[in-house]
Amino acid sequence: MLLWRRLAALRGERAPRRLRAGGPGPGSGSGSGRTSDDSGAPRPLYMDVQATTPLDPRVLDSMLPYLTAYYGNPHSRTHAYGWESEAAMENARRQVADLIGADSREIIFTSGATESNNMAIKGVARFYKSRKKHIITTQTEHKCVLDSCRSLETEGFRVTYLPVKKNGLIDLKELEAAFQLDTSLVSVMTVNNEIGVKQPIRDIGEICRARNVFFHTDAAQAIGKIPMDVNNMKIDLMSISGHKIYGPKGVGALYVRRRPRVRLEPLQSGGGQERGLRSGTVPTPLAVGLGAACEVAQQEMEYDHKRILQLAERLVTKIMSEVPDVVMNGDREHRYPGCINLSFAYVEGESLLMALKDVALSSGSACTSASLEPSYVLRAIGTDEDLAHSSIRFGIGRFTTEEEVDYTVQKCIQHVKRLREMSPLWEMVQDGIDLKSIKWTQH
Amino acid sequence: MAASSRAQVLRLYRALLRESQRFSGYNYRTYAIRRIRDAFRENKNVADSAKIEELLNKAKANLEVIQRQV
Repeated sequence: MLLWRRLAALRGERAPRRLRAGGPGPGSGSGSGRTSDDSGAPRPLYMDVQATTPLDPRVLDSMLPYLTAYYGNPHSRTHAYGWESEAAMENARRQVADLIGADSREIIFTSGATESNNMAIKGVARFYKSRKKHIITTQTEHKCVLDSCRSLETEGFRVTYLPVKKNGLIDLKELEAAFQLDTSLVSVMTVNNEIGVKQPIRDIGEICRARNVFFHTDAAQAIGKIPMDVNNMKIDLMSISGHKIYGPKGVGALYVRRRPRVRLEPLQSGGGQERGLRSGTVPTPLAVGLGAACEVAQQEMEYDHKRILQLAERLVTKIMSEVPDVVMNGDREHRYPGCINLSFAYVEGESLLMALKDVALSSGSACTSASLEPSYVLRAIGTDEDLAHSSIRFGIGRFTTEEEVDYTVQKCIQHVKRLREMSPLWEMVQDGIDLKSIKWTQH
Repeated sequence: MAASSRAQVLRLYRALLRESQRFSGYNYRTYAIRRIRDAFRENKNVADSAKIEELLNKAKANLEVIQRQV
């Protein structure tokens, strides 16, 4: 689905030049507007920040020297190219550590949060496998966490997948009941990438610490957006992703606590880089970019949060006041405001996405968008099949403008109304028929 | 120093906004202009001269960042 749309955008087809002339459209005021492709059609508005984020200009600036003049391998110990590269890498490590209240020796650079999640879960489980064979996680975790657990199950581990309540949060009592004598790890993501729900990390950390069980959290969507402190929240392992915080793609980090020491069996063997936990040359420009992204995020966190909260409230209020039968998936309060998942009843999600062709949106997570099944996260929070198919995720980030939000809202309302006019189900609902009472088949 | 400071700040502010207009990407351009305006507005009542100098240096550095990318 996403591939078709991308191709259509590149070919610039069917998007008339008059797109901007017909009403409030962003970029209509400023001359050159957005960079357009050959046919002159402007690029879609980007409202999918949970999938990835644009590179912050300050981050790009910090990376440039290491992509041009300072290209040394940071592990070369014998010459200036190596020394300056290593200095930059260590500085980046410190910047990442500062953001989460850790020590720089506790940060391992990886190729992204997927690798960090794999390392944390498989690494801890395998290291302690002689005495501990049980892992606890949730049903709404990212695919890489669920898949790592599944592969561990084939190795003989037992995994408990905790269900979530209707609001997307886990039940702490259920978590406590799930512990067994040989539990080695609990993995719960901080902010969910599909519905934006924020789990009670501090409480979970307390519970795990009290039982001497390691606590891993996938903080890819939370880092740099909400304050995280590994000591305050009693976190033992944390996954960080570069391209979710306006940093480069292809880099991430794993925080591994040293006191009390968390031991991992390394996934990748080699020259022993990154404390032997992750061999391979650390890509200096990417690591520097990640560090700069973390530093910028720390400085801008308050400003960004205030703005994003304001824009999110604007979006939700405007849509919900104009259009009936819209459900927000996930808890209203315990959430990160920049990730809004709305279900529009009696409207097919894919049709709405195709109709909103000049806004880049998603109906779930990017890594599951190829399948036709509704998202497992929505299923886990108990959303009805039909509502799950009608869900759209709006992402608001640092670079989102008020005009973009207004345009998205206007087009969304317009198309939801249009699609509902065409829907026989909507007609029936308007006539007062209860859809659940209908017998769709003869037998 | 105090007399030229105001002129200096205004000069930097105008330079930053002018350079930001040259970003070809809509999101970068609007962010830069918005952030610059809000940052200068937020710090307009700072009295400590050491802090002012630090902020001015940061602004100058950011100006160079923008110039390298537009």
